[in-house]
Amino acid sequence: MADGIFLALAVLTIGSAIAALEMRSLIYGSIALMGSLGGVAGFFFLLDAPFVALFQLAVYVGSIAVLILFTVMLVRRELIFRKVEDKRRRMAGIGLLLVFMVAVGAVVVSSGIHDMSTDSPPVDYRDIGADFLIYYWPALVVMALILSGAVTGALVLARREDGPD
Amino acid sequence: MALIEFVLVSVALLGVGIYGLAVKRNAIRMLFAVEIIINAANLNLVAFSRHVADSGGQSLALFSIAVAAAEVAVGLALVVVAYRMYRDIDIAKFRSLRG
Repeated sequence: MADGIFLALAVLTIGSAIAALEMRSLIYGSIALMGSLGGVAGFFFLLDAPFVALFQLAVYVGSIAVLILFTVMLVRRELIFRKVEDKRRRMAGIGLLLVFMVAVGAVVVSSGIHDMSTDSPPVDYRDIGADFLIYYWPALVVMALILSGAVTGALVLARREDGPD
Repeated sequence: MALIEFVLVSVALLGVGIYGLAVKRNAIRMLFAVEIIINAANLNLVAFSRHVADSGGQSLALFSIAVAAAEVAVGLALVVVAYRMYRDIDIAKFRSLRG
């Protein structure tokens, strides 16, 4: 049962990751990217990490999806559908992909990970809350500052100078 | 379930992301590829955290997701600015660093 779900999720995640990069329209591409990120959230559920999974859904599928869709819609219509790429570069890219996947896959398969399982007792999500507030609270504060700085920076960058006077 | 299955999915995602970064010239698609790579890393973090039954990996994954969100916000703002300057999102057209 779990293996069936795992296979379906793997196909969804990798398939829509490829679709996100290869679809003609950037809008469909970004929707496919959300499918891929949602698939990763499904993996998090399978790994008994519901808190991370819901965080992933809220942040990626919730907010980043909207951000990307709006940016795509700000771009001219012809650019959304145009795909400029070199045939040879693309072939080289596919070759690189295959070589990379075979090489790293072979290393992973032949390593000691083979015997490791995910059958240890799952982590209680309350432990994450305790970790965040006891050990990692300075990091949490820095993270909040980084996020607000990034959002402010994005706003300053994207502001138009030639407003109506 | 075996840990290796999750690691192999992560390797596949990383490969797809590297392919996208190497081949695509559209700035927004390159951001997609970066997102895919970050998610491959997060999947690894959570899978290994499940194996060692420690909450540290999940905490790090949460921080990583938050940093990725900040990165996307700034990256998309840069794309918008570059589009305004060059009327294009092809990175080969972004030729100068002049303001």
